[in-house]
Amino acid sequence: MFELMFFGMYAFVLIAAAVGVIAAHNPVHSAMFLVLAFVSSSALWMLMEAEFLALALVLVYVGAVMVLFLFVVMMLDIDTKSLRTGVMRYAPIGVIVAFVSVAQVWSVVWLRSAGLPVMARPEAAPADYSNTKELGAVLYTEHVYAFELAAFILLLAIVAAIVLTMRRRAGLKLQNIAEQVAVKSEDRVRIVKMEAERD
Amino acid sequence: MLESLYNWVESLLLEFLPALWVGLLLKTVQIVIVTVVIIICVAFLTLLERKIIGYMQNRIGPNRVGPRGLLQPFADTIKLLLKEIIVPDRSNRYLFLLAPLLTLTPALATWAVIPLFPGFVIADVNAGLLYVLALTSLGVYGVILAGWASNSKYALLGAMRSAAQIVAYEIAMGFALVGVLMAGKSLNLGEIVQAQQGGVLSWFWLPLLPLFLVYFISGVAETNRAPFDVAEGESEIVAGFHVEYSGAAFAMFFLGEYANMILIAALTAVMFLGGWESAFAGWTFLEGTPLEFLMAPGLFWLAVKTCFFLFCFLWLRATFPRYRYDQIMRLGWKVFLPVTILWIAVEGVMSWLKVGPWSV
Repeated sequence: MFELMFFGMYAFVLIAAAVGVIAAHNPVHSAMFLVLAFVSSSALWMLMEAEFLALALVLVYVGAVMVLFLFVVMMLDIDTKSLRTGVMRYAPIGVIVAFVSVAQVWSVVWLRSAGLPVMARPEAAPADYSNTKELGAVLYTEHVYAFELAAFILLLAIVAAIVLTMRRRAGLKLQNIAEQVAVKSEDRVRIVKMEAERD
Repeated sequence: MLESLYNWVESLLLEFLPALWVGLLLKTVQIVIVTVVIIICVAFLTLLERKIIGYMQNRIGPNRVGPRGLLQPFADTIKLLLKEIIVPDRSNRYLFLLAPLLTLTPALATWAVIPLFPGFVIADVNAGLLYVLALTSLGVYGVILAGWASNSKYALLGAMRSAAQIVAYEIAMGFALVGVLMAGKSLNLGEIVQAQQGGVLSWFWLPLLPLFLVYFISGVAETNRAPFDVAEGESEIVAGFHVEYSGAAFAMFFLGEYANMILIAALTAVMFLGGWESAFAGWTFLEGTPLEFLMAPGLFWLAVKTCFFLFCFLWLRATFPRYRYDQIMRLGWKVFLPVTILWIAVEGVMSWLKVGPWSV
């Protein structure tokens, strides 16, 4: 009973936030609605006993991706008026996409009620079940090659991003921190002994 | 004693109410108690900060309100609450008022998974460490939104600095936590504390010494405290992201910052100094002497360790000048990150050779 109540609550917030993302006039508001959508879908995953994925969603998307997103949106001086034009031009495509997704959802629900063989509802896991541990056990044994491949591709992406943004300009002055730290007073100031001059 | 009181209340309530409601009610009471205690701690931490920094700088500090200035926090609170909240023209009103709440909420919500004394934690979550990491990563929103919604140059500059800094140090912090979970063999903070059983030398600060230092320093950076307080930088950008805030809205930011300090101190104590474990555990010659109570684990030990780290926060602030912005970035990305990754590899070797926490 409680689970159903929470599911309804989070699902409602999720849908409302998703509508907010496209309906908000201000791009920063849209981004914040997207954050809310991520957090509520993470709560839904939590209800499905997938706590690792739920927390990873918050950590990666809300904690890192959306922060950078927000950065970009705040820095851009977006002309919201020009974004508002052309709504009618894109409306037919939007209607088609909406129709297809509703049809897909409906077909799943209908298949279930038509008595076709569907997967049974999974049993609730016992309290000492750790989703994270189970996930790790599969990830590092059965799917280890796929996992390593994904890690390799991510590393490649990081290197590529750094290479793309690194430009060498002529006449660029850089600090050498190690040299700065190792500097001694003798390197900077030279004390010269001189005879005192008299007139 | 606390446990028997708790059991008595629970059995009393069970006579009138169904079990589900009793559980909800007792959890709510626990949450309220922990929150109120943290807020009171924040109030006295502000006084302590002014006193300690005062003595370090050969001053007396606040000593007018109440005996030895003990009522100063209440005077400050009343002043802040009675002041007018000014919302700047052309600011983004909703986000402007939402931002302080977004800094405060994660700082308080993280306490749900911190084990306070043996057998007590509000929510015994399997993936507690991940929860801590996820919630601390939410704190940055308050700062960014405050900076942007204020529609002020200084606020935006402060927010940009702070966001870059928090994102940078969060990675080092996350890697330090990976090291802790390798040593504790669990994501549950209670089990991590139990893995450190057996006196000072079996706490994780020794086998994870570099991670311990990296975590605490990153924590200082993460809370935007001196010497990493470029986000506020009074001498450069007035007060940074909260320059436009006044009254109760400013008080929220203040509360959030100090609640975050207490949180980082408590987390460092839990993960590296054994949480509620006693420092004298295993000193068998103390048995039968009046000092025997020191061997028992409990809330007292967690409080002592947390206070030590809070003192370090204040000590750092009184001692060091502010870091330059590019040096902060260099420290985070080029020093802390490689150190943590290296130490995770070293931990792998240690666990292979079965030394330290891996010997059992």
